[in-house]
Amino acid sequence: MAKFYASTRADNSLVGAASRVGTRGQGFWRDLDWILLIAGLALTVLGSVLVWSASRADLASPTDPQSYLKRHLINVVVAIVLGYLASRLNYRWLRAYTPIIYGASFFLLLLPFVPGIGVTVAGARAWIDLPGGLTLQPSEFMKIAVILMMAALLSERKDIETEPSGRDFLSALAAAALPIAVILVQNDTGTVLILGTVAISVIAVAGVRTRWLVALIGGSVLSILLAIQLGLLKEYQVARLTSFISPDLDTGASAYNANQARIAIGGGGWFGTGLFEGPQTQGKFVPVNESDFIFTVSGEELGFLGSVLLILLLAVLLWRAAMLAWKADDQYGRLVATGVLAWLAFQTFENIGMTLGIMPITGIPLPLISAGGTSMMAVWIAIGLLQTVRLHEVRAEI
Amino acid sequence: MLVSERSNLRLIVLGILIFSLLATLVSRLFYLQVMEGDEYRAAAENNTVREVVEPAVRGLILDQVGRPLVSNRTSIVVTIDRQKLNQQDGNAEVVIKRLAGILGITPTSISERLMPCGTEGAPKPPICWNGSTYQVVPVASDVDPQTALTIMEKRSEFAGVTAKLTAVREYSGPFDVNAAHILGYLGPVTEEQITLQGESIAYDRLRRTDTIGRSGLEKYYDAQLRGKPSVTTLEVDTSGQVTGTLDQKPAVSGDYLVSTIDAKLQSVVEKQLVAAVQRAQGQGYPGDSGAAVVVDVRNGQILAMASYPTYDPGIWVGGVTQKQYKSLVKSDSLSSNATQGLFAPGSVYKVVSTAAASKEGYSLYSNYNCPKQVKLGTQIFRNYESSAYGRISLARALEVSCNTVFYGLAERMWQAAGGNDATRDSADPIADAASMFGFGTPTGIDLPVESAGRIASRAFKVQNWEAKRDTWCANAIAGYPDTRKTDPKLADYYTALDKENCADGFRWREGDALNAAIGQGDTTVTPLQMAMAYSAIANGGTVFEPKLVKAIMGADGSVIKRIAPTIKSQLDLTKSTINFLQNTLPGVTTDGSGKTPFIGFPLNQIPVASKTGSAQVTGDKVSTSWFASYAPANKPRYAIVMMVTQGGTGSKTSGPSVRKIYEALFGVNGSTVNPNKSVLVNGVPSKSLPVIRPDGTPVTPKGKMSGVVIATGSN
Repeated sequence: MAKFYASTRADNSLVGAASRVGTRGQGFWRDLDWILLIAGLALTVLGSVLVWSASRADLASPTDPQSYLKRHLINVVVAIVLGYLASRLNYRWLRAYTPIIYGASFFLLLLPFVPGIGVTVAGARAWIDLPGGLTLQPSEFMKIAVILMMAALLSERKDIETEPSGRDFLSALAAAALPIAVILVQNDTGTVLILGTVAISVIAVAGVRTRWLVALIGGSVLSILLAIQLGLLKEYQVARLTSFISPDLDTGASAYNANQARIAIGGGGWFGTGLFEGPQTQGKFVPVNESDFIFTVSGEELGFLGSVLLILLLAVLLWRAAMLAWKADDQYGRLVATGVLAWLAFQTFENIGMTLGIMPITGIPLPLISAGGTSMMAVWIAIGLLQTVRLHEVRAEI
Repeated sequence: MLVSERSNLRLIVLGILIFSLLATLVSRLFYLQVMEGDEYRAAAENNTVREVVEPAVRGLILDQVGRPLVSNRTSIVVTIDRQKLNQQDGNAEVVIKRLAGILGITPTSISERLMPCGTEGAPKPPICWNGSTYQVVPVASDVDPQTALTIMEKRSEFAGVTAKLTAVREYSGPFDVNAAHILGYLGPVTEEQITLQGESIAYDRLRRTDTIGRSGLEKYYDAQLRGKPSVTTLEVDTSGQVTGTLDQKPAVSGDYLVSTIDAKLQSVVEKQLVAAVQRAQGQGYPGDSGAAVVVDVRNGQILAMASYPTYDPGIWVGGVTQKQYKSLVKSDSLSSNATQGLFAPGSVYKVVSTAAASKEGYSLYSNYNCPKQVKLGTQIFRNYESSAYGRISLARALEVSCNTVFYGLAERMWQAAGGNDATRDSADPIADAASMFGFGTPTGIDLPVESAGRIASRAFKVQNWEAKRDTWCANAIAGYPDTRKTDPKLADYYTALDKENCADGFRWREGDALNAAIGQGDTTVTPLQMAMAYSAIANGGTVFEPKLVKAIMGADGSVIKRIAPTIKSQLDLTKSTINFLQNTLPGVTTDGSGKTPFIGFPLNQIPVASKTGSAQVTGDKVSTSWFASYAPANKPRYAIVMMVTQGGTGSKTSGPSVRKIYEALFGVNGSTVNPNKSVLVNGVPSKSLPVIRPDGTPVTPKGKMSGVVIATGSN
């Protein structure tokens, strides 16, 4: 282990944080949150199996049924490497370079608007075309950048008992609102909702005045209602948001997704049909069941028990993030952990909830489970950042 | 509150919120997967499994020597998928108009076929659509190939319209036989039949797209004729692509029915029935309907059975139009007069009264008075067919059909049972004898519907009174005020009548007894019942259940089931009573009311036992002509009953036709009898079953006996 550590350190001068900050040499591997890491790895393995099951019968690639899985595994490897690098980041450096990370992410976020680069998927112009048939969803990275930026802006005070000032509050709000506005224009409603809840959670935990918090929550709810009322949302967006309320009334496309998803999950029963044996999954009745609707694969093929295990693994992940936020004495670290917690929690709830018919259908992936490289990378980077926060906390105690 | 405390509190709230969201997911998951799992599993199966169903080749219906009475042929049928048609947003009318144009029919006749039964403005079944919404509706059959090609080539102009080759029934049997009421017809399966089989998942269950027998033998033996469809169960994905075959069941051809009907004889009987009707009309009578039945008295097999008026059974193939159906209903030709028609039997019923009198101890060989009429209070009961004969034997009374002799016997039996003082349970000899002969109950023929008929009796009067008493009493009290305004005398008469009926309409009066003895009054029978009753006299006392099918055979020629004769009841009569009837009835043909039509018939070689009847019908209607018979009287083999409503007398109208049928049966030409000239192959009904070749085609008699050459239905 020491040997491996030494070689890593030699490779990259930027991420050699542990050796410089830590007083104990091999502390990185010892101080790592192993529960968090193992839960993340278990979810990634489980996700890959589900992606395999969902994509092996894909008629789009009849020559090589495993081609989709292979691409997914490459993404996983890249994501875990990125996560490792993130965990190796220097805490202070990270905070110092946050504005640059934010700026770079925001620049990436604008790229989908550039003709020839931007790609529209399922009505959302939120993807960038990369060479080799790969696509990138910059809004995934933007989530990290927003969390880091807000955490940095809301922790710029000397004392932990000092309330964030109005200026801090407004600038943090602006840091979130700016990308939200862009993503709204890109039609990616799901990401907007996630970013919104992340922003509110971070601002809340930062300890801003209750009055401001209430105004913020009230304002958000009001603006959503207004958007629907004034017809600012496009018809299909309203349809998606409302079809989950009464899926049986509408047999159109959005309700079709909801119905097929519920048939798949409902058909799973206690133990599921067995991997690769789900008729709904293998017959591709549920659209995009390798990414947004991947939970239906778990529901159908692994049954109630398998799916509860999946939710429990995600819960472990969230529990570790929550504990990190709880224990952090450092405001920045606490807010980063809170942001990641809120992001993963609401995204998990929204994604699984929509397959179960209790949330509107939006195009967001299930963390660590869904296929989709950018999301996988972003979540692993987030896990890496949580490790960085933890390593910083552990070492600060000493 | 300190800022750090506030922050901690909010973190706790966030944590609780997240925990509850996860708990919500788990409980929702539990509800969907565990509580409602079965429902969703069924939905999933429904989603991914497709059945490809090819109906089996329907079995043929053969006559007793193997001639196909019903076969199959292919026809181009044009169908409409209403769902696809309705997606045309207002263009549906245009498509229907266009289709009607090239089919050469009216757009209305297509629209009528598309309307689901029971919806507003929809015509009555079978024109309206009785199937499900998802079923395609056939609108035209026997479309010429050129038209079909046009439809298939211009798909965009004929959205939802399809033309395809389909196996349809071919009803043009040999010798131009019609036999519509025996064979029946096919139609789309009804919702009730689908509901009736419950949640069956058997592969050979009825499906909404199935065609099934809706009347006649096609209905009664539908399960055997239909066979089992070929069903391939495929697993499909969301785009409808087949991903695998789950199950494959080969088709099993429908079984063949070997009917007891002889096509050639049937054709003769149908023609002779029409001839009898024309004879009635030639005498200036309406002669509006009729029936004829030929039975093998030794086993109850029906050799021929005809009903007038009839219809072309082929009219149902591909569905009838509103116009066709209206004319069918108007002509009253849909139901069979032979099995469903109810008629007063008149004098042919006297064999029943004779049996009753004999059972009651009245001598069959004494002489009885035959006056011109009998007076009963203010009512006069006359001899209709004959005048006064003085004192005559009972045999002679049957020969000349003297009503008053039977009135006398009925009166004595009525008095013996208690007369006016009799109770409801007192003896009712004529009614008892009638039910012994099989009247008043269904014969048990292998057809889906038949009438039971009604025996005038004490029991019936009580029943009738209980049903109508309230109306009678109310009318007696009200006194017909409307009639009274114009005709107070008539109102008085009605009121008195209802008063009497109200008080003791249940009573079996002397007049009722007299009417019952000569087959008048409330008694009604079907011609088939009468044929079975005369068969019983002929065969020495066995009332058989009539049969139209003698065997069920596989399409490969194997014998699946022979249908044995079934005895319905035995006549509880002494041998001497039956002998008396058997010895007396030939006299009707030689010296009695049945003599005229058989003048010149070689009765010395083939004695014929018969009884005529001219039943009175209420109103100003002409009497019903009956001729009941069997032959040879010395060695009974066939019973023939024919009747024509509003046809005049039995001997003038029906008798000559019955004679012609006997001539055809026995090969009579003038006064010579040549069994080789019989319409039956070898002169008698075949004892063996027809041979079916491995390819499914039946071996039919050769030469003139073969009938027309028919395309076979088997592939």
